[in-house]
Amino acid sequence: MRRGAWFPALLTAALALTLTFLTLPVLAIFVHRSPGELVSKLGDPAARDALRLSVETTTIAVAVIALVGTPAAYLLATRAFRGRALVVTLLELPLVLPPAVAGIGLLAALGPSGLLGGVLRDSGIQLVLRTAGVVVALIFVSAPFHLRAAQSAFGAVEVSWREASRTLGAGEARTFARVVVPAAAPGLIAGLALAWGRALGEFGATLMFAGSFQGITQTAPLAIYADFATDFDGALALSAVLVAVAGALLLSTKLLVGDALARA
Amino acid sequence: MRRRLAAGLAAVAAAAAMTACGSSGGATSTSGGGDLVVSAASSLTGAFTQLGRSFDGGAVRFSFAGSDQLAAQIRQGVKPDVFAAANTRLPQALHSAGLLGRPVVFAGNRLVLAVPAGSTKVRGVADLAKPGVTIAIGSASVPIGAYTRTVLARLGAARARAVLANVRSEEPDVKGIVGKLAEGAVDAGFVYVTDVDATNGKLRAIELPVALQPSVAYGVAIVTGAPHPRAARRFVAALLHGAGAAQLRAAGFEPPPAGAR
Repeated sequence: MRRGAWFPALLTAALALTLTFLTLPVLAIFVHRSPGELVSKLGDPAARDALRLSVETTTIAVAVIALVGTPAAYLLATRAFRGRALVVTLLELPLVLPPAVAGIGLLAALGPSGLLGGVLRDSGIQLVLRTAGVVVALIFVSAPFHLRAAQSAFGAVEVSWREASRTLGAGEARTFARVVVPAAAPGLIAGLALAWGRALGEFGATLMFAGSFQGITQTAPLAIYADFATDFDGALALSAVLVAVAGALLLSTKLLVGDALARA
Repeated sequence: MRRRLAAGLAAVAAAAAMTACGSSGGATSTSGGGDLVVSAASSLTGAFTQLGRSFDGGAVRFSFAGSDQLAAQIRQGVKPDVFAAANTRLPQALHSAGLLGRPVVFAGNRLVLAVPAGSTKVRGVADLAKPGVTIAIGSASVPIGAYTRTVLARLGAARARAVLANVRSEEPDVKGIVGKLAEGAVDAGFVYVTDVDATNGKLRAIELPVALQPSVAYGVAIVTGAPHPRAARRFVAALLHGAGAAQLRAAGFEPPPAGAR
C-alpha cells in the first residue's frame, strides 16, 4: 500500500458505514412487504384518516410558521439589539428538547390546569385533545427549523440591495416584500421544507398534549405506533408513505434551491 | 460569535440527547449485559420497580409499555427474559406461537372509573353518557382498552354508543390515561385501581358495579430462549409466592382471580 493511502481509505470506509447505517432502516420498510401489499394496507379507514389529518395539520402549522416566523426572523437577521443572542438561543431551544419535554411544557402552559389554562377556557379556546392542539404542538417543535434557516437566508442578502431599494424611495415594508423576500426565497423555502418534515414526524408532544383519536388527533406517526401492536404491515405501509413524502420534500427542495439546505 | 453560538448549541444538543437516552432507559441499571430483562405492562410500573429493588436474584432491568406493544416487540424478535402482561390472552397467544413458555396467572386487578380528585362532574358510570363529558380510554389492542370495552358492552349497545361518543383520546397505555386525567384534560377514564392508588390522591376511584366488573388477570411467562433462564425462573417464582407476591398485594393488586388460567 502506498504511504499515506490509509487515510482516504479510512474516510471512504467511514462514509460507507454511515451510508449503510442511515439508509438500511429506510430501505427495510420497503422490502419487508411487496409494494402491492403496502398499498392495499392504505385502504384502511384509520390509515386514511391519519394521513388526511397529517396533511391538514402540517399544512396549517407550516402556514402559520411562514406568516409569523418569517418577519420575526427578518427582524433578528437585520437588527442588532441588546440580548439578541439570548433571544436567538431561546427560539432555538425547541430544536434540542426531547418531544416528551415539549409535551409536558405545552400541558403546563396551555393545558386545562396550565399557566394560561384559565385564560383559554374563558375565551372559549380548547386545545387539548383537539385538532387545534395537534397544530399547536407541531408549530412548537418545527418553527425553530424555519426561524434558523430564514435568519441565515436574510443574513445572506446583500445589505447594498436593501439600501439601494430604500434610496430609490421604497419603504422598508416594500423593500422587504419586493427585494428581500425574493432574494432570500431559496433559503426560506428550505426552512419551511425542514419545518414541514419535522412536523410530519412529530409524535411525543402530540400524544401527550393532543392525545390520540382517529380522525381528530391521531396523525400518521401516532397511527403507526397504534398499529405496531396489532397490524405490523399496516404500520409499515404508513411508514412507507411518510418516508416517500419526506424524501420527496427533501429532494424537491434540493432541486429547487440548490445548496441552500446545506447552508441552513 | 456565530461560531461560538453554534458550538454552544451543539453542546446543548449533546447534553439533551444524553438526557433523552437516560430517561428512555429510566429503569435501566448500568451494570451491563448480564441483567435479567423483564418486559412488563405499564400498570405494573410501580409495583415491579419496588420489587426489582428487593429481588435477590441479581439486577433486573424493566421495560414498561402497553402489553400489546411489548408482545409485538417479542413477535418481531426482541428477547427479554420475562413477559408480564395485564391479561392472559397475549401471553397465551405468544405461548401458542412458541415464543413463550407456559404462562401462569400471578395477580388480579380491578377496573375503576377514575376522575380528577376535585372533580364532581362524573359521579358514576351513568354520567359518562351525558353530553359534554370527556373521557379517555385505552386503545382497543391494549388490555386496559379491551377490559373497558367489555365494561361498555355490558351497559347495552345504546348506552355504550353514547359513552364512546364522549371519548376524546384512545391512549396507547394506562399511563397515558392517568396523565390526561391528572392534567384535567378529560373528566373521567377507565384505569386499574392500582393506578389510582399510585397517584397519591391526585385521582379519585369510583368503584364499578359488580355486574360490570371484568375479570382482570395478569399472566407471566419466561421467553423461549431467554438469555437468563435461571434468574427468570426465580423472578416468576417470587411473583407467585413470597416477597414479590406480598409486594404486589401491598401495591393493591389482588390474588389471581378464581378460574383464571
